[in-house]
Amino acid sequence: MNALVNLTSLLKSAKEIFPFHGGVHPPENKAQSTQLPIGQLSLPEKLVLPLRQHVGNIPKVKVSIGEHVLKGQLIAEAEGAVSAAIHAPTSGTIFSIADATIPHPSGLPDRCITLIPDGKDTWIDKKPQNWRTGDRKNLVASLRLSGIVGLGGATFPTHIKLRADGKSGVHTLIINAAECEPYITCDDRLMRERADEIVQGIAIAQFMLGAERVIIGIEDNKPEAAKAMEAAVNKVAIANTKMEVVVVPTLYPSGDARRLVHLVLGTEIPHDKRSTEVGLQVFNVATVLALYRYFEFGEPSISRIVSMTGNVQQPQNFEVLFGTPLPHLVTAAGGAKADTSHYIMGGPMMGFALPDENVPITKAANCIIAASPNLFAPPPPAMPCIRCARCADACPVNLQPQELYWFAKADNFEKANDYKLFDCIECGACSYVCPSNIPLVQYYRYAKSEIIAADKAKEAADLARERNDFRLARIEREKLERAQKHAERAEAGKAAAAKLAAEKAANGAIKDALETNIHAAPGDAKDNEADVQKAAKQAAIAAAIERAKAAKAAAVASGDAPKNVVNADASVKKEIAEIDARRDAVGLSEKLAVDPVAVEDKQAKIAAAIAKAKAAKAAADAVKLIENASENKE
Amino acid sequence: MMNRSPYISDAPSVGAIMLKVLLALVPGIIAYVWMFGGGILVTLLLATVTALLAEAVMLKIRNRPIQPFLTDYSAVTTAWLLALAIPPLSPWWLIVVGTLFAIVIAKHLYGGLGYNPFNPAMIGYAVLLISFPALMTKWPAALQLAQTKLGFIDQLQFIFSGALPPQIMLDAVTSATPLDYLKTQLTLNHDVAGISQAPIFGTLGGKGGEYVAGAYLLGGLYLWQQKIITWHLPTAFLAALAVISGVFWLADSAHYASPAFHLFSGASILCAFFIITDPVSGPTTPKGKLWFAAGVAVITYLIRVYGGYPDGVAFAVIFMNICVPLIDAHTQPRVFGHSK
Repeated sequence: MNALVNLTSLLKSAKEIFPFHGGVHPPENKAQSTQLPIGQLSLPEKLVLPLRQHVGNIPKVKVSIGEHVLKGQLIAEAEGAVSAAIHAPTSGTIFSIADATIPHPSGLPDRCITLIPDGKDTWIDKKPQNWRTGDRKNLVASLRLSGIVGLGGATFPTHIKLRADGKSGVHTLIINAAECEPYITCDDRLMRERADEIVQGIAIAQFMLGAERVIIGIEDNKPEAAKAMEAAVNKVAIANTKMEVVVVPTLYPSGDARRLVHLVLGTEIPHDKRSTEVGLQVFNVATVLALYRYFEFGEPSISRIVSMTGNVQQPQNFEVLFGTPLPHLVTAAGGAKADTSHYIMGGPMMGFALPDENVPITKAANCIIAASPNLFAPPPPAMPCIRCARCADACPVNLQPQELYWFAKADNFEKANDYKLFDCIECGACSYVCPSNIPLVQYYRYAKSEIIAADKAKEAADLARERNDFRLARIEREKLERAQKHAERAEAGKAAAAKLAAEKAANGAIKDALETNIHAAPGDAKDNEADVQKAAKQAAIAAAIERAKAAKAAAVASGDAPKNVVNADASVKKEIAEIDARRDAVGLSEKLAVDPVAVEDKQAKIAAAIAKAKAAKAAADAVKLIENASENKE
Repeated sequence: MMNRSPYISDAPSVGAIMLKVLLALVPGIIAYVWMFGGGILVTLLLATVTALLAEAVMLKIRNRPIQPFLTDYSAVTTAWLLALAIPPLSPWWLIVVGTLFAIVIAKHLYGGLGYNPFNPAMIGYAVLLISFPALMTKWPAALQLAQTKLGFIDQLQFIFSGALPPQIMLDAVTSATPLDYLKTQLTLNHDVAGISQAPIFGTLGGKGGEYVAGAYLLGGLYLWQQKIITWHLPTAFLAALAVISGVFWLADSAHYASPAFHLFSGASILCAFFIITDPVSGPTTPKGKLWFAAGVAVITYLIRVYGGYPDGVAFAVIFMNICVPLIDAHTQPRVFGHSK
């Protein structure tokens, strides 16, 4: 029977297939979890919703502890361009917003919202939207509130992928239903059971992208799913819709987007381009179904289908609310067998071991495999690479994994980059076929992270260097400015010294007179203008004297030359030395800075002018302030 | 904690691969015994024991785990290939010296399994050929041709003591190989048609030897069917050898032997399926394999025709081993999504 179905579906899709290089065919292990239909879970006691469930920015929490929320209520809002919202999967009370272990390879805890269900499962006021009549721009904008991300495992926010406003340039929409990893069957069961809804969802995505053509790619190990999709496509006659189901050979990793595009179209998406740049967009079946639920029923993304398989009593697919603790799911699958050692999230080729059993199901969790040493034997110790190139034969990207391994092992990252390390999709096909049991993908992950870290460090270093160059330039400029000022001052001093020499005789008398004037200044100031000017002059002079004295004292105390000369370049220093020499020659270098008469002429006048200007400005400011104040009152 | 995927594997171990290579040599060995007597079994045994001992000692000295490396059977493979390449009626120490050189110097001093730039068996062979040229040309005549037949015990005795049964001269039980004979006769201004009338010539190659080559071919096809080797190396080697010998033969068939003779004489078939297919010292890219094998074929032919040795496989392989990094670097396949 199976063979017959297989044959008919193959005949139907007599469409040309464009094989990619390499690929492997591991034991499928899919039959175990496809025996039963998708099961529903009871409400767990609590739901733990990590904020980090998708690619991009962490969403912003919109609820507080103790707040009662309804099913589908937005509890965290997309933050920035690439981000996705999170909704309450059921009605209940926010119990905590704290760090907890999340399903991530790092095993590090991260911020989670914990919700205690009230058991009523009360929906918010759902707002379905008619996508057929709606404005595409608004529809995409509203998707930002849907929380929908790529459910194939990539978890890229869907609203970004549909951000098309009718000018996407996407002519062909590819629906990824290959599901090439062993054990995973969530898409298979979904297509068997909800093909009609999926096709509706495809129509929505197609409409929003403005794509002319839709190709649904399914591996030939899912004949029932292919048949169901075929029937749904034929039944749902949607205007301007051309959808074809294309059955592709079962060969891992055909579900990789670029490999699938090649399989069904023969198009090789250039390594440095995104699929949309060549008029293609790829969506997973579960994602388009979520689109349909969102627009048709106003239901945001709060659950997904998860294959619970491996070392459990009754492997099965379940519809699981996000945040459901894993043990709840394991129990639903009849419980784990005695020798279960840990759990793997995703498939055995690209998945990762969960740090802990007590993690929640997230948007990325397409499959949970209960693992045992029996099921996944620990690999024997690695042997040296014998350059057999089986890895190269298996690589779907046509890389030379054995060369990349040598380069990664030798920390020769530049060479690894030359050999296109970053085109590696980490599918694991190379490790899968390696006779020496070398954990090749781990070497590539290591090399990639090192290169990324080095690039970041380089970027930071470049920035630092730029800043430093700027700082050095500024210091140099300021130095020159200071030297110039110094020189000007010295010039002034020279002129004054000449004058001083002439007036030397009168010096003492003038000094006395000045001192009297300074003390008298406050009293006399209002009497006449001349006195005001004089007082201002003298006050300024006195202040200047004090400043100069202080500076000099400081310099002497530190046993140093004035700071601003220390870094001066040779010519400046020479100039200063010459000036000093000339000062010494006239025997005034000491006196110059302190002698009030010496600076009287120029500086006193300047100081007076500044004082006047300041006064005028203060007056003007005061007027403005009052004006503003009155305006504000009005 | 880190991501250790994939968690599954479907690869034969290095040991399993090498065992299949050894298994693939068995038909050739059977044909060898049938055609030339059981002496080769002694040589094979000597080589095997020497190789395993040398391997174990070197692993111990290099502080490497002994058991996993002894059971990868790579040393045994090297030993067998060398044993099959040298004359079976040689004194026992010849194969021991050659094997020691192959394992200790060509393999372990370069870093052991996976690190040797040269094919260890061919290095061992080249050392013996240069050091003991006379011994290396004393090939037993095919039993059906020999005036006097040596039994297994006689061969065994000769290997270990160098003594032949009374009244039997060494020349009576050995003969020149067809390649050797052809070469010397050509220098005496005989033509190929005349030379190949000699009794040592069979239908395609040398009498006896051509059956052994045929059995190697069977074993090689088994390796290909088992996906231990790809088609690239044997096909390119045999095709290139056929083409270059064909061109010379078509141009002057009086002085150049036919492609069929070259393919089924000497170590051609063994080389095509078992020697150049050593992954460690060979290229890894598909295109690189074609260039490498063609290079070995051309150099082999040139040595056979113009060089100082009757066969040139060992030197050709060693020379092309040097070129492997260059070949690999220049034959990188186009990566998916890259124009080149």
